[in-house]
Amino acid sequence: MAAPLEWQESHVAVAGLQLRLRRAGSGAPLLVLHRDIGTPDQLPIYVALAERYDLLLPEHPGYGASERAAWMRHPRDLAAVYQGLLAALDIPRASLLGLGFGGWIAAEMASLAPRDFEKLVLVGPMGFKPPQGDILDQALVSHIDYARAGFHEQKAFEAVYGAEPSTDQLVEWDLCREMNFRLAWKPYMHSQTLPHLLGAIRAPALVVWGGEDKVVPISAADRVMAGLVGARLAVVPACGACVEMEKPAEFARLVTDFIG
Amino acid sequence: MHIMYFTEQPMATYPADKGLEFGATALMFSNSHFDPAEGSRLYNEYIEQYVLAETVGFDGIMLNEHHNAPFCMQAKANIFAALLAGLTKRVKIVMLGNPLPLAENPIRLAEELAMIDMISKGRLVSGFVRGGGQEQLAVGVNPAFNRERFEEAHDLIVKAWTQPGPFRWEGTHYQHRVVNPWAVPLQKPYPRVWVPGVISRETVIWAAQHRYPYIALNTTVEQTQKIWKLYDDTAAEVGFQGGPEYHGYLKQVHVAETEEKALENARQFTWMQGEFTGLAHPVWSTPAGYSSPENRRGFVEFSTGRGTSPRKRPTFDEQIRDNMIIAGTPKTVIAKLRQVMEATRPGIMALWANDGAVSHADSLTCIRLFGEEVLPALRETAKALDLKSPFEAETPVSLDYSTDLAPRVAAAE
Repeated sequence: MAAPLEWQESHVAVAGLQLRLRRAGSGAPLLVLHRDIGTPDQLPIYVALAERYDLLLPEHPGYGASERAAWMRHPRDLAAVYQGLLAALDIPRASLLGLGFGGWIAAEMASLAPRDFEKLVLVGPMGFKPPQGDILDQALVSHIDYARAGFHEQKAFEAVYGAEPSTDQLVEWDLCREMNFRLAWKPYMHSQTLPHLLGAIRAPALVVWGGEDKVVPISAADRVMAGLVGARLAVVPACGACVEMEKPAEFARLVTDFIG
Repeated sequence: MHIMYFTEQPMATYPADKGLEFGATALMFSNSHFDPAEGSRLYNEYIEQYVLAETVGFDGIMLNEHHNAPFCMQAKANIFAALLAGLTKRVKIVMLGNPLPLAENPIRLAEELAMIDMISKGRLVSGFVRGGGQEQLAVGVNPAFNRERFEEAHDLIVKAWTQPGPFRWEGTHYQHRVVNPWAVPLQKPYPRVWVPGVISRETVIWAAQHRYPYIALNTTVEQTQKIWKLYDDTAAEVGFQGGPEYHGYLKQVHVAETEEKALENARQFTWMQGEFTGLAHPVWSTPAGYSSPENRRGFVEFSTGRGTSPRKRPTFDEQIRDNMIIAGTPKTVIAKLRQVMEATRPGIMALWANDGAVSHADSLTCIRLFGEEVLPALRETAKALDLKSPFEAETPVSLDYSTDLAPRVAAAE
């Protein structure tokens, strides 16, 4: 494994919150929006991306060390907060990499500000009601089972979280889960308006889906692709929802080939 | 002392082996195991039992509701409350209670309860609860806003009961253009509110801050004493003196004509298969955001099998030994209940008398023996211990309607 990434960590004041931000690498700015299970500090994909980009990894408010916003009710609120973060950092034009739930936030950001983003990468994005099947309901499964469901090969899960995730990790997942409920309880993990707003987006988009995604049925890709004009779909075979963690090398290639 | 009769209204005729096989008896345990013919029989038997409870001398009948589970057939406590309002003449109808966060429209609850109060000629005690964890999932209500919804729905209902309409309500979780229910309660300023609970400190504190009696649900003597200490300390902070008239206690107590029969039937209290509310699925019973933040670590450990349930019950024999379950002939039960009353000093006693598959005949016998032998003795004990109910002590309905408050004392550091 590569040497751990040396993050520059700071807290940025946005919307009355202290937002935790990790930043590493150099190049064009790439804002990474993490999943509904949070994100570990260190992942091979972050190392790979930091070699090419100015990598910005904020933590959603309430999902860990970032302050909870009791007033937040919808992922669109997070989209506005992240527009505020980019403004506070004086970054006029970033690319967005949205992972699962973070993909929903990224799609909201791009639909609200269609001209503002360089490139858009969505990985198994939530936010869209699948025409077939339903988005896996985390309220009915344990924290570990839900996180495991994001991986096709369980060894890949264990490589990131260990075979027996720590109790601290469980507590963090429970905090994430509470925030997911606060933001996306009903309708569960999708928006009824977002599909209609995608058409305005001008940024070139890459949509990546794990071929064995058990969290967001791949049928949802039809809705995303129908809305995103000119987007490209890349399906990664033998891979679960968490493509960036399960197939980091392949995923890094997809991203760097697309963003440049 | 106020003594009331309680049963969970179990639907014990479902195939228990299927529940064990499935691993949970709530939420996702299929309702294909429900038999409406048995349901019809049981509902009607419960009505007969409640009517007998009034006849033999109980002061009140306690009602509750749960969803998607065989341990409780009441999906809407107000339906039985309305029935009892018409079928009984004297007993208090004690709702413990309506789960406020589950209501999308608390004004409908305010109307239903006002109707029950008027039909019963002022016999309603309108308890409120948060609802169990799995109830939030059964009804589809966001567990993360459970406590906020509880408090806001309460405030809205009390305002609808006490302030002339029409008025407008633009709250955080509830918005109503026009609040102006035609039906309002008979009791003034409003029906008494009692608040039951098990482990949440916040609920004990909230009840005391409103001067609402708190009913400890089947807690151990030690837990109960801790709850009273917290309640009374909070009471002192807000300016009134706690004590028995604010302390209620629900106990599992079964009485029969022989010790053997009583113990056999009391085993049905464990029919719920180990947990307080059915064979609980650890994830469904504690959705994220539902519990106190201080319990988060304990519940996530439990949910992955690393810890024991914070709600876990000891074995049947241990529960009998420790008076958590009381069973026997009237003589045995009277003596044991006296020990419990001396140790916990409640002014409100709820007797959870029949559960599981206890037969209709045995349930009726139990209720009759309570009336003939146990209740008179309990009343004597209560008198000797000076345990007064809120009615006997004529306590105010709430803190806001109190005229006897002491100046607030600073919270202990």
